Amino acid sequence: MAYAGEAPKQGFRLGMLIYDTRYRSITIQVIVLILFGLFVSWLINNTVQNLAAKDRTFDFGFLWNRAGYDINQTLIPYTNDSTHGRALFVGLVNTLVVAALGCVLATVLGVIVGVLRLSKNWLIGRIMTVYVEVFRNIPLLLWILLSFVILTETTPSPRDFRVTEEMTAAGEAPAASMLLNGTVAVTNRGINVPAPLFDRNLGTIGLGEFQLSLNTLAIIVVLGVSIFLNGRLRAHAKAVQEDTGVRPVTWWKSLLLLLGPIVLLLVALGFHLEYPEITRFNFTGGLELLHSFSALLIALVLYTAAFIAEVVRAGIQAISKGQTEAAFALGMRPGRTMSLIILPQALRVIIPPLISQYLNLTKNTSLAIAVSYMDLRGTLGGITLNQTGKELECMLLMMLIYLIISLLISSLMNLYNSTVRLKER
Amino acid sequence: MSTQSAVDRRAMNMTDEVAVQIVKMNKWFGTFHVLRDIDLTVQRGERIVIAGPSGSGKSTLIRCINRLEEHQSGQIIVDGTELTNDIKNIDKVRSEVGMVFQHFNLFPHLTILENLTLAPIWVRKIPKREAEETAMYFLEKVKIPEQALKYPGQLSGGQQQRVAIARSLCMKPRIMLFDEPTSALDPEMIKEVLDTMIALAEEGMTMLCVTHEMGFARQVAHRVIFMDQGQIVEQNEPEEFFLNPKSERTKLFLSQILGH
Amino acid sequence: MTDTSHAFVRTTILPAQSPPLTEKGAIKWLRENLFAGPYNTLLTLVGLWIVYSLAAAALPWLLNSVWNANSLQECRAIVAERAGPGASGACWAMVRERWHQFLFGFYPQDQYWRPLLAFGLLFAAIAPVLYSDNRRNLMAVLAAVALFLIVTLSMATAPMAVLVGAVAIIALLIGVAQVASPRLMLFTLLYPAIAFFLLWGGSIWTPVMAMVGLGVIAVAYRLLVNRIGVAPAASVGVVLALLWWLFLDVPLAQQMSVLFPVGLESVPSDRFGGFLLAITIGVTAISFSLPLGILLALGRQSDMLLVKTLSVGFIEFIRGVPLITLLFTASLLLQYFLPPNTNFDLILRVIILVTLFAAAYIAEVIRGGLAALPRGQYEAADALGLDYWRAQRLIIMPQALKISIPGIVSTFIGLFKDTTLVSFVGLLDPLRGVTTVVRADINWKGIYWEPYIFVGAIFFVICFGMSRYSMYLEQKLKRDHR
Repeated sequence: MAYAGEAPKQGFRLGMLIYDTRYRSITIQVIVLILFGLFVSWLINNTVQNLAAKDRTFDFGFLWNRAGYDINQTLIPYTNDSTHGRALFVGLVNTLVVAALGCVLATVLGVIVGVLRLSKNWLIGRIMTVYVEVFRNIPLLLWILLSFVILTETTPSPRDFRVTEEMTAAGEAPAASMLLNGTVAVTNRGINVPAPLFDRNLGTIGLGEFQLSLNTLAIIVVLGVSIFLNGRLRAHAKAVQEDTGVRPVTWWKSLLLLLGPIVLLLVALGFHLEYPEITRFNFTGGLELLHSFSALLIALVLYTAAFIAEVVRAGIQAISKGQTEAAFALGMRPGRTMSLIILPQALRVIIPPLISQYLNLTKNTSLAIAVSYMDLRGTLGGITLNQTGKELECMLLMMLIYLIISLLISSLMNLYNSTVRLKER
Repeated sequence: MSTQSAVDRRAMNMTDEVAVQIVKMNKWFGTFHVLRDIDLTVQRGERIVIAGPSGSGKSTLIRCINRLEEHQSGQIIVDGTELTNDIKNIDKVRSEVGMVFQHFNLFPHLTILENLTLAPIWVRKIPKREAEETAMYFLEKVKIPEQALKYPGQLSGGQQQRVAIARSLCMKPRIMLFDEPTSALDPEMIKEVLDTMIALAEEGMTMLCVTHEMGFARQVAHRVIFMDQGQIVEQNEPEEFFLNPKSERTKLFLSQILGH
Repeated sequence: MTDTSHAFVRTTILPAQSPPLTEKGAIKWLRENLFAGPYNTLLTLVGLWIVYSLAAAALPWLLNSVWNANSLQECRAIVAERAGPGASGACWAMVRERWHQFLFGFYPQDQYWRPLLAFGLLFAAIAPVLYSDNRRNLMAVLAAVALFLIVTLSMATAPMAVLVGAVAIIALLIGVAQVASPRLMLFTLLYPAIAFFLLWGGSIWTPVMAMVGLGVIAVAYRLLVNRIGVAPAASVGVVLALLWWLFLDVPLAQQMSVLFPVGLESVPSDRFGGFLLAITIGVTAISFSLPLGILLALGRQSDMLLVKTLSVGFIEFIRGVPLITLLFTASLLLQYFLPPNTNFDLILRVIILVTLFAAAYIAEVIRGGLAALPRGQYEAADALGLDYWRAQRLIIMPQALKISIPGIVSTFIGLFKDTTLVSFVGLLDPLRGVTTVVRADINWKGIYWEPYIFVGAIFFVICFGMSRYSMYLEQKLKRDHR
């Protein structure tokens, strides 16, 4: 057993730092660490010197100072007396709203276009191809600018909607009319849409700086419970099917479970829509969507949907024709083939690139600068930065926030990938 | 060739010089103990065939000999150089030991000739013209000199494997390792590769060969080693090995691969 | 079954018959592609309606196009006169008057031959990389470049000497390609200096002395590589070159330009604009991001924890923040990070940040290429005794880069579209920058469709062309790797 131990002990020589595989990587890493440390300290040293030369400090105290500027779209309470910190949150919420709405709408449009592109209908296939290629190969900025210009420069002014008494007498129609049965008005100032309102308010709960409406909370809770119960119903149906071989009919139960409670709740809360109405010079009532918001959203959706359509198409095409044929050969109907064979496999291919499109869309919301939409860059990286002169702090904080959002989205993707990988084993 | 003459030649080529010595070598993949207390001495000029069921560690064993895998304890001494963490030793051993892989691993972006001259030029620092002459010499030995300017993708599997053998030979190795050289080939191509290997054996090359070609083992090997569960279970001269296997595992294995 | 008299044996082969009417020609095509069932027919009708409404909106507008006018009002008057009041018509007169700004920004008009020459030579520099093993394609590209240069340079009224010089350069390149095509890489290496000199002008000694720094790296590497290995030799070369650039480059260049004043009229950065700017930023960033991206991809694959962490950190940071924030970093923050009183050109700062941006994306593309290589390639390189850097250079990278070319092209398309964002830091990009300039003119105030369509069409042609090319490459790769 003379050799049974480890490799024979050798004296340590300096040459082993380079020629021994055990020490070589440590040597290299130490050198890299030193170089990196030198580089970072060089950057910090320069920054300190530059800040000193400009007589500035590095602190985030300004976030608690009065902002003193107005923001034209505030989804959380904000006045110009609020702090810069609060303005930051208003901007962040505006960013997230566009990003979330954009992701949902772009997915819907993208899936439709992607599926239609594979359609056997020649004409529709061609139209969708043209749409995808045109939008993918032209910069997003153009679509944003163009949407904005069209919304602001081709739409009628609010007074064109007015019906004066002389006009009624003369039997003339106003120069412009509202869309969708008189509920939506597109003017050169904004888009007026009906506002959802409640007669009865359950009040709000305060979470420090922020208020959460109990109505919203109630709706979310009821929806969540409905979806959960529906899941249980389907699980039960599956169990019955496995026991007896016959799947009970569930569609009307599902429908009732999903729609019933929420309708009841809305009625109980006295939910109704408030329609915009034309007064002397402008619309009142309802919600006015800013053109900056709409243009940004429209362009983001149209642009990203083109990419998502490609993702969907590639995903469906990746599932070989053989899979469909195998399922048909086993006697499955097309609907079941789609839901049991094709979709589960296609989703596995589609979802990772889809999430990376969500990531792109979210980062692209920063192009709000082109239409002066007050997103995170507009508040923190725009007016706050200019007013306080805290370039370094504002920019670093803004990058950090974007980075956190991106990392959250990509960790979602990693989570999905790892669960899929688990199932494939 | 007759079995008798092959045996004669075997006796002639063996020397007392040690080419590879492995002492109490152990290796783990994570917690899995793949090689357990391997002891093996290979004489210069000796030809060894390693057989065994899949997962027995036979490929890992020969991959350890040129450090494609790292062993965790014990010693491997190749041509008097011990394989340790010292990069200089590893480089020395690798330039002395040629290796042929199951999937050929030719470089698809280089022509056959470039595949053959790459390592001599960059590792051995041989002038290009000289390296090309050597390459053509070995291509003729493996009987495909006319393919020199083609790309690997344009050759059949058998031709590719012969190129891979020639590529190793261009480094003038003292020891050749073969890792299942014929198992990725169609039946009709196996023979051309085996012929090349037999020709190499006739020149007295030290060879360690993981293979299931028992005919090849009978014809050229001095020794057959049977491995199972990371251990050398049995080793013997080919005739004895095939006619009188000692262990039950060997008998079972032989009955399975020769039975039909 | 034994009764063979029932066996039927056909002695003649039936001639092929034409299919029934519903199975051939236009009718079959229509039935299968447009009216295969009620749902399909409905889709066709919807499609027809979409096409009709687009055409109804755009056709009259396009048919009433006005090419000769001096202002938007004049355009509208002409349209009204031609097609009656209320009719709409495109006013391409603006494009006719301002196209050069969309292409060149405020680059001096008598110097247009310089960007054109640089643009033509760009393809001559790329061709040897793409077609190193295909001399016929190489020749075709060089010939096309020659043709392009002859046509555009004479249109731009370049001096005769320039025209002759350009043709001479191409002829020289074609000659070299015939004799020893690998040598053409030398031109590719020199191209950045040539392009810089052509675009910005000034003394010729500035780019020459800068290139000497690269020469320093090459010489140091050649001398040392066999003694101390690849990575140390390259590091020593880089350190020496840095010393050269920091301490000797500028004074020597100044000295030489006093002694031998050779040069072109200097064009300051703020004259750059339009597609000239977009292409300059895009091409520079993508070419410098390649080596950086390769290093980052290798770093990300490294088993050294620190190197891996730094690479992953850099890549994920860059990919996690919007490009706009990086551009603002270039315009606002770089002044904090660099030594006090360093002040250099905004375009250069933007190019640096865009290069870092592209490098992170290129690194991910190359990582994909590396992952696609079979493990056996690494093992074979190891077994032959090649060390890490040689294995990378000779075996791994040539294959990984080839697989990555489609991805690199896609990255470039994205980057090229993103160059429009530089307008937010005050540069004159073709889309927002130049259009704003045009719309600020009292004559063209209120025009929006025409500039956007014009710029969009150019972007479309370039990006669509490149994406088709990359798809073609992908198909070709698939065929080659059967």
